Amino acid sequence: MGEELARGARAGARAVAPVALAVAAFGLTFGVLARNAGFGAVATVVFSATTFAGSAQFAAASVLSAGGTLVAAIVAAILLNTRYLPIGLSVAPTLRGPSWRRALKAQLVVDESWAIGHLGGGRFDPGRIMGAGIVLWCTWVGSTTIGVVAGDLLGDPRRLGLDAAFPALFLALLAGQVEGRRGLLAAACGAVIALALVSFVPVGVPIVAAAAACLLGLRR
Amino acid sequence: MSRAWLVVLVVGAASIAFKAAGPVVLGGRALPGLVTRVVALLAPTLLAALVVVSTFATGRELVLDARIAGVGAAAVAVALRAPILVVVAVAAVTAALVRTF
Repeated sequence: MGEELARGARAGARAVAPVALAVAAFGLTFGVLARNAGFGAVATVVFSATTFAGSAQFAAASVLSAGGTLVAAIVAAILLNTRYLPIGLSVAPTLRGPSWRRALKAQLVVDESWAIGHLGGGRFDPGRIMGAGIVLWCTWVGSTTIGVVAGDLLGDPRRLGLDAAFPALFLALLAGQVEGRRGLLAAACGAVIALALVSFVPVGVPIVAAAAACLLGLRR
Repeated sequence: MSRAWLVVLVVGAASIAFKAAGPVVLGGRALPGLVTRVVALLAPTLLAALVVVSTFATGRELVLDARIAGVGAAAVAVALRAPILVVVAVAAVTAALVRTF
């Protein structure tokens, strides 16, 4: 690793520390909820290690625990992760090396490391992205593992109010994602579409159908 | 293979592919603005749908229960910019209390 890259990585790791605390809390919650949603201990940890994207993982666990179909759970999670296409494109010019190395480095580009590596004006520091990304990945996988163990020790999720934890989490994530009037309108339309369909289609399908609201983006 | 493992493998593979696609396949080329604008709205749309469905639906029925109180309390916590663990704890404790009394 070059001197400059190493310096950037250390700066990125330091900058991401407070964010990592929040991510740890999030991973802990995921471990507990995924176990209650019927995910095995190993599957839960592997999910965090490969997908490495909180909202998609929570969406899949939520649809499955509500009794939704396999396809609905998968499609909902994949749709939530499509944002990594434009995010990956934005950092593409900064990631160097043979394609297998770029593919590996790209796995560390998640919402938070992307934000920390952004130098402004669409330019990115690869070292900062990598440093922040490695800290985040270790935190996410580690806290998921602890949550899995804790989830096995806890009892009935309904008695503990854990069924209210899913919507609360999605609400907290939503608050960070809504930008501008168009985002608010799309969110409202998505909610209305999903609620209107609940009684008429299989569980999980309302979430996927709600994605139609993002066609609002076709308007200038 | 269990349903959970299928979800883990398919979603995991798709996520890895999405993240790698930009830097590996597309190089530095940009997506059309139209596609970017639509994709940008996917997260708020799906998260809003997940909020209302996991609050009001039980299977295919709309049910009003203790979850509403929990999510209401969580909304207050979010508005006060509470950390995510606090938001979740507030929702869970509120729902559990409403069920107890």
